[in-house]
Amino acid sequence: MSQPTQPSRPKSRSGFIERSLVDINNTLEQSIFAEKIARQKGLLQALDPRLKLISMVMLLFAVSLSRQLSIIAVLYFWALILAAASAIPLGFFIKRVWVFIPFFTGVVALPALFITPGPVLINLPFGMVITHTGAVTALFLLLRVGTSVSFAVLFVLSTPWNSVLKALGVLRVPDVIVLVLGMTYRYIHLLLHTANDMFLSRKSRILRRMSGAEERRLTAATAGTLLGKSLQLSSEVHLAMESRGYRGYPRTMDRFQMQWFDWAAALVVIIVTAAAIWMGR
Amino acid sequence: MSLKPLLQKIPRWMLLYYVLIGAWAGTTAMHIPDGYLSPVTCIIMFVLALPFWIRGVQMLREKMSARNIPIVALFAAFSFVVMMFNVPLPGGTTGHAVGGALAAIILGPEIATIAISIALVIQAFFFGDGGILAIGANSFNMAIVLPYVAYAIYQVFSKNEALNSKRRIVGAAVGGWAGLTIASFFAAVEFGIQPLLWHTADGTPLYAPYPMSVSIPAMVIPHALIASVVEAVVTALVVAYLMRANQPALEMVKKAQIATETNSFAKWRAFWVGLAALIVITPIGLLAPGTAWGEWGAQELTRLGLSFIPKGVNQLSGLWSAPMRGYNVPALGNANAGYILSAIVGVLITTGVVWLLSMLITSGKKTSPEISTNK
Repeated sequence: MSQPTQPSRPKSRSGFIERSLVDINNTLEQSIFAEKIARQKGLLQALDPRLKLISMVMLLFAVSLSRQLSIIAVLYFWALILAAASAIPLGFFIKRVWVFIPFFTGVVALPALFITPGPVLINLPFGMVITHTGAVTALFLLLRVGTSVSFAVLFVLSTPWNSVLKALGVLRVPDVIVLVLGMTYRYIHLLLHTANDMFLSRKSRILRRMSGAEERRLTAATAGTLLGKSLQLSSEVHLAMESRGYRGYPRTMDRFQMQWFDWAAALVVIIVTAAAIWMGR
Repeated sequence: MSLKPLLQKIPRWMLLYYVLIGAWAGTTAMHIPDGYLSPVTCIIMFVLALPFWIRGVQMLREKMSARNIPIVALFAAFSFVVMMFNVPLPGGTTGHAVGGALAAIILGPEIATIAISIALVIQAFFFGDGGILAIGANSFNMAIVLPYVAYAIYQVFSKNEALNSKRRIVGAAVGGWAGLTIASFFAAVEFGIQPLLWHTADGTPLYAPYPMSVSIPAMVIPHALIASVVEAVVTALVVAYLMRANQPALEMVKKAQIATETNSFAKWRAFWVGLAALIVITPIGLLAPGTAWGEWGAQELTRLGLSFIPKGVNQLSGLWSAPMRGYNVPALGNANAGYILSAIVGVLITTGVVWLLSMLITSGKKTSPEISTNK
């Protein structure tokens, strides 16, 4: 299979380590930047995390239930206003939401423009037509996804991870799961760093282009070593937990307290959600 | 090869279309975003996934030692990281694995469900990769169907085989491939029922617009050719690596079972048969509420001005849709009230079910956490 006769192959393959490195670094930067914003002063940062979590789910339902494009658009602008009031740079917020959407949704929404039957909107060369129905469908998909992701990103950016975990307890998520979730988040950071180091060390020792088979072997060995390290680390962590008194039942110390401000915000969210569902029916 | 003349017969736009879908499917490995599935589908998928989550939590609490809690966390983190490894595929494209098959082989499918679900939750919150309302659907496809199918196949290949047997590698590869391919079929069905059930009066689809005749080939073919191959390759290569470098990792599930279930092996087997039956039944379960909700959709059409409801559809409405009909029929004059009411009822029911079940889990647990976890 791997005959180096086609000129495009080596070129497209050479960057796989770099691509993985870039992915890993981006992930790191995004989550670190998120914590930075969550520690700033702003409207959403001041609210009770439990309230924010429930509000987000309610608003996602409102976005999902709406049958009017305009209502979804209004909700999106509301998300922008909330971002501005919460010390989230608007450019960063819009980019963070919409940069990924073409990958996830744009490609899927695109064919809907052409293959959905309906009245013709625009005639294109080669006998292709964009139908009115197709355009509306594609817009629905894009706006729904964009607005949903915006609300999720708002929540994540304005809430420290520890508070997210505590808020999950309110939704009666079993505390073992909350515990695992919390540890997972930390180990993602650790494993990303380890993976990053492993790739970097390999990269610094590469002199020539590797064949596809070599690269696959390398990727698997890296993944396998990472797994081995994970397992070793987990037994150490377990010993550390036991020596600190863990008996299979996690406990948390913090309590949340709803302030008048939170109740006011809850009222606003309920009114907005109800109005959006009512008007977007 | 004789592929070329065959390829030339397929219309260009069709090829382009499937390549585009394939590129999308290959890079996202079917993380369904919010907005693709109707809220009702999200709720149904959530309810379908719930028993598997509960089973996973039970396993975590009772059957395995406390030692496994950090392992699950690390495995979730590991699969999260693995999802970001771009693997070069023959032909110059890249894709990534989910890690579900590997997790199932090492942790067992019940706990793999928890680990992958957690990775999916973190992805949904931090990257918008996969929706939050769609977590039930995404978990069902990638954290339940994938690991259970992969594990069942791996078991068939590796039963009574030595730890360094080649058959294990083959089983891992076949399991990974079949697991993700079947998972993509489930995702395609979830997409495909959307335009059937939810659209406006003039036929504009409200959610994912493609019918099953498009969504199934568009999802399953590229997955079978790209993403599932990546899953198979990664699973097989890592299992092969573990055989060389870390054999105890391949025995973890078995050891945990022997340690905790020496005298109840038969019970264990019954559980497997039950789960297999559940997996087989699931598509039917998906279709059953589908008919009920289709009937609901027909009433919606009446509200919107259509003057008849197909008789067959009306007769098919069973127990399941009865409460919703109660809300909808009197509201025909004021259609919107019925619509909103049924939405609220749906939300309330789900919340209630989640709350009740989690209450059951937590109350059952407090009695014997020390005893069960200190083995």
